[in-house]
Amino acid sequence: MIEVTNIFKSFDDNQVLKGVSATFEKGDTSMIIGSSGSGKTVFLKCLLGLFIPDEGDICYDGRHYSKMTTDEKINLRKEIGMVFQSGALFDSSTIEDNIMFPLKMFTKQSKEEMLERVNFVLARVNLKNVNKKFPGELSGGMQKRVAIARAIVMNPKYLFCDEPNSGLDPNTAIVIDNLIQEITDEYQMITIINSHDMNSVMEIGEKIIFLKDGLKAWEGSYKTIFKTDNKAVTDFVYSSDMFKKVREIYNKLD
Amino acid sequence: MLGHVFKKPQKGSIFYESLFKEIEELGLKSLGIVAFISFFVGGVVAIQTAINVDNPMIPKYLIGFATKRSIILEFAPTFMSVILAGKVGSYISSSIGTMRVTEQIDALEIMGVNALNYLVLPKIFASVLFFPFIVLLGMFLGIFGGWAAGYATGLFTSDDYIIGIREDFQPHLIRYSLIKTMVFAFVIATIPSFYGYYVKGGSLEVGKASTQAVVWTSVVIIILNYFLTQMMIG
Repeated sequence: MIEVTNIFKSFDDNQVLKGVSATFEKGDTSMIIGSSGSGKTVFLKCLLGLFIPDEGDICYDGRHYSKMTTDEKINLRKEIGMVFQSGALFDSSTIEDNIMFPLKMFTKQSKEEMLERVNFVLARVNLKNVNKKFPGELSGGMQKRVAIARAIVMNPKYLFCDEPNSGLDPNTAIVIDNLIQEITDEYQMITIINSHDMNSVMEIGEKIIFLKDGLKAWEGSYKTIFKTDNKAVTDFVYSSDMFKKVREIYNKLD
Repeated sequence: MLGHVFKKPQKGSIFYESLFKEIEELGLKSLGIVAFISFFVGGVVAIQTAINVDNPMIPKYLIGFATKRSIILEFAPTFMSVILAGKVGSYISSSIGTMRVTEQIDALEIMGVNALNYLVLPKIFASVLFFPFIVLLGMFLGIFGGWAAGYATGLFTSDDYIIGIREDFQPHLIRYSLIKTMVFAFVIATIPSFYGYYVKGGSLEVGKASTQAVVWTSVVIIILNYFLTQMMIG
């Protein structure tokens, strides 16, 4: 479990996080949503250890980040997989080398063992015959799959995704969402996704945290988000006509 | 920054793999331009010297002597380093800068990799170890270019030139030149790495950082050249 307790984060005079608390459970796909500037990226970067909160604490399965030594922090990072919005694949390396990199860096596996693991994770994200290709030769959806494969190659306990569907067509986005959820169930990871894509929220939002102006404004799931009276959430969710109609249908059903 | 760079590499085999890759990128791929410039500048130095010392009181072998000294003392170590600051410095800052703005450096850090050590240390080692060989090649080709210019123009004879380049040979000047080169190599690897690593924004900012890196690397080389010259042979 990841427990976030009352974290604050400022940049100069701009207070971005104003005391956010949350818990994330093993096997759950949790989503952090909110409009641009709400603090969700800063929140995710605090969880990743890229930003150190000014106040508050983050606890990873009983290990308090603020009390960890540098070596312990490095070891924690080996338990983290991250899927970036851009994919962040190493563009001068082949797909095989991209995925193999963490194995080369942190394990003592033989080349054959590493290759076997690379092929396994590539198969898991439904990619074939791409080992020797470079990221620039793949489509956006395929690059996201490679990013997921690289993120899970070390069997992480925690998977973080920053807008994994950004720039993808709706069909591919759903495939990526479902893939993330399947992998989370299969490996019993704690998965936290940063998104403002309502389709993803409806698809895999088992737990949803809504941030507004650096505060947690609401917490629920895709089952409850359409029923909430929280104005901040309704303003965000029903900003499109499609979801306004969905709400009408929900209300009629009720 | 240097505190993180000069840490023990997390995995030796990956460090050596990166080191050889950087020797190829920063060193071997610079050989062509270095050879081309050295040969022709050596020729120009010899022609200019020959034209400007066209006096019966001055022995012709001084053309070879002056060309050799100019090339060994300044042209090969300093001029070549400024050229490498342009070629290699822009490559280093733009490649690291692009990795920064496309979140590849964040990806490394999240994996638990010391990104500064992984990206910058092989570049420093590759430059400091390999640039002296490039400069030695520059010296040889520059002096050879001077001889070729004399042969082509007839401004001085081959014998005079060879007597000149043998005259008053002082090995410590080569040592001085190579020490200077190693200091400049360190500057060429670190300043552009700094600009690339800490760039913020997008491709435009990467381009600006690259330009700034080349300018500042060149300025620092020229200033250090003054102080090193004064310290070592002044």
